[in-house]
Amino acid sequence: MKLTGAEILCEALTRLGVREIFGYPGGAILPVYDALGKSKLRHVLVRHEQGATHMADGYARASGGIGVAMATSGPGATNMVTGIATAMLDSSPVVCITGQVSSKVLGSDAFQEVDITGITMPITKHNVVVTRAEDVARTIREAFVIAKSGRPGPVLVDITKDAQQASTEFAWDACVPKLPPKRLRNNHDQAEFDRAVELLNTAKRPVVLAGHGIMVSGAICAFEQFIRAGNYPVAMTLLGIGCFPAKDPLNLGMMGMHGEAWVNNAIQEADLLIAVGMRFDDRVTGDLRTYAKNARKIHIEIDRAEINKNVKVDVALVGDARAVLENLTPHIETRDHSAWIRHINELKGDSAVRDIQSLPDTGHLYAAHVINDLWKETRGEAIVVTDVGQHQMWEAQYYHHNRPRTLITSGGLGTMGFALPAGIGAKFAKPDSEVWVVVGDGGFQMTMSELATIVQEKLNVKIAIINNGYLGMVRQWQEFFYDKRYVATPLVAPDFVTLANAFGIRSECITTRAEVTPGIRAAREANETVLIDFRVEQEDSVYPMVPAGASLHDMIRRPHNPLVETASDA
Amino acid sequence: MQTLVAYVENKPGVLNRVASLARRLAINIDSLTVGPTENEEIARMTIVAHTDERGAHRLEASLEKLVDVLLAENISTRALLERDLALIKVAADQQNRPHLMELIKVFRARVVDVAPESLIIEVSGTVDKIDGLLEVLRPFGVLEMARTGRIAMTRGGDLLQPPLADGERTALETAGSSAK
Repeated sequence: MKLTGAEILCEALTRLGVREIFGYPGGAILPVYDALGKSKLRHVLVRHEQGATHMADGYARASGGIGVAMATSGPGATNMVTGIATAMLDSSPVVCITGQVSSKVLGSDAFQEVDITGITMPITKHNVVVTRAEDVARTIREAFVIAKSGRPGPVLVDITKDAQQASTEFAWDACVPKLPPKRLRNNHDQAEFDRAVELLNTAKRPVVLAGHGIMVSGAICAFEQFIRAGNYPVAMTLLGIGCFPAKDPLNLGMMGMHGEAWVNNAIQEADLLIAVGMRFDDRVTGDLRTYAKNARKIHIEIDRAEINKNVKVDVALVGDARAVLENLTPHIETRDHSAWIRHINELKGDSAVRDIQSLPDTGHLYAAHVINDLWKETRGEAIVVTDVGQHQMWEAQYYHHNRPRTLITSGGLGTMGFALPAGIGAKFAKPDSEVWVVVGDGGFQMTMSELATIVQEKLNVKIAIINNGYLGMVRQWQEFFYDKRYVATPLVAPDFVTLANAFGIRSECITTRAEVTPGIRAAREANETVLIDFRVEQEDSVYPMVPAGASLHDMIRRPHNPLVETASDA
Repeated sequence: MQTLVAYVENKPGVLNRVASLARRLAINIDSLTVGPTENEEIARMTIVAHTDERGAHRLEASLEKLVDVLLAENISTRALLERDLALIKVAADQQNRPHLMELIKVFRARVVDVAPESLIIEVSGTVDKIDGLLEVLRPFGVLEMARTGRIAMTRGGDLLQPPLADGERTALETAGSSAK
């Protein structure tokens, strides 16, 4: 059967199980769009190519599959860069397909020509230019294998226009992936494994550090069995949230810069850290010189390049988290850590009293209230997609996730503007799930044009704007570290209700605590997209906080009465 | 200084990926050589980098994450043979030519081109040896120099071979079993 490169691409994507493509057409990708129109694939028209990559990313993270984004050459391709880097830093399997000028004019500065493989080389797991229709199917199959295998990541396939137009004989079985042979490393060094078992069985004060890798490797069950076998307290990274139920007494919550003080203190006092699928990012370690000085460290990690990168570990078990945990669990003999867990509970001290949830309602609306009420109303069952900044940390603190892949957020790159498009992608991945986009007024304004995508695709996504009139996290840093010189952080926003209405989206503005729960209820009952503009306290800060570069135990704690101590009350 | 060997796909763009990676890790490359192997689809690189053991581990592990890199190994601590080759064009007149020839002999270098005013000397060996020759040639006037950069190989039975493709591996195993 003779097909064009464009038709082969659509055929290959269909056979690979793709249902939706998030993209934006243009000259150099037009043959593919023509073929798309004749295929069963659903194309979601975005309003900016950055949105397409975030949607593909949100789709991948919510589903556990691969997200596909598409754009034309030149500016279409360069607009994808932020989304690709976001997926790279958070190990998200995204395949980006870009059109490219004809192979005959490559390198001639033709109209809308840009060296996108050169540009994205350091932010993709792999990228490739296809100049022949014969190579399209094999390359796409390879891209899917690379994106999903090992430590996942984004792959970009740049297809020249002549490769899309040329016709060639198509046979699926003939174009199997042909990746270079890799050295098989012996990851099961018995001595290393035995040492890990010995450390596990002799530790008095163990803490497990749970990361995104647990989700990625599908190790949820294996991880729970491992935790139960040793009764280990679990601290989570931001992207690890959801890998172990929040309601479980062994779950301490999030660690790091905005983790609870007792979680970080437990890490600092531990005699053994078992890091699973996490990479000791500077946001979770604080000052490396004082990080967990009393602890031996076991690192379970699929990426060998992460071993000893930031924190020197005693034992490295390189491999898939699930396989390693399944091997380790039967060897666990020491189960009783009750004295240590009691001690961790004592570390909590008066934290609960200081918690904003325990303080009386004074009529002020705090972001933490909104998130906590959202958690209660959705019983922790919604997929929450957050942007970056203060609201992101409050979400991590006050929305308690019990299931994997229910918190979707940009961790490593910290990409503002991620939430709305990623939420759209998550909704496509899980059409029957309730999806809440929780976003600040700053990040929302970066990608709010995707509201039109929601309308065009008739989606039902709930949007909660945590609106404090500032770029809140930056303002907080200016408050703490720059003597309250609020340079470029006060932020004018449009009236979001009027804006939503202009798109034909139902919307409401909420200014008091009493309105929060009824507002959320009404939004949940509506069988359509609803946007709520929550006008929260302007100068509230996220506590506790480890200042950048400080020791993990050196935290700025919650003030005893934040309601009184915030600037607007003073 | 750390020495790494890598087997890579012999195709366009791979050198760029390797160099780009070193740059991203902020590792300064002192010397990088690429050449074909007995398998025309595979090239061998020797990378000498200004970094410590930890940096070399990161470079090695990160290199192996590149799809086009089949194998990367830090061989700095192993018994190895290192070679660099240099062509040195040195000013030589009738008077000092005999003296020059004597030095060349001591360094086991060769004269590969003779002109009325200059000689081209070919020398191979360790970096130290070439640097040593260069030192003694300098007073005569070094007009031009080209160096290949280092290539390295582990000694004896310490083999560093490219991994085989699945097909090749099966073919070899089949050949092995039929031989039995």
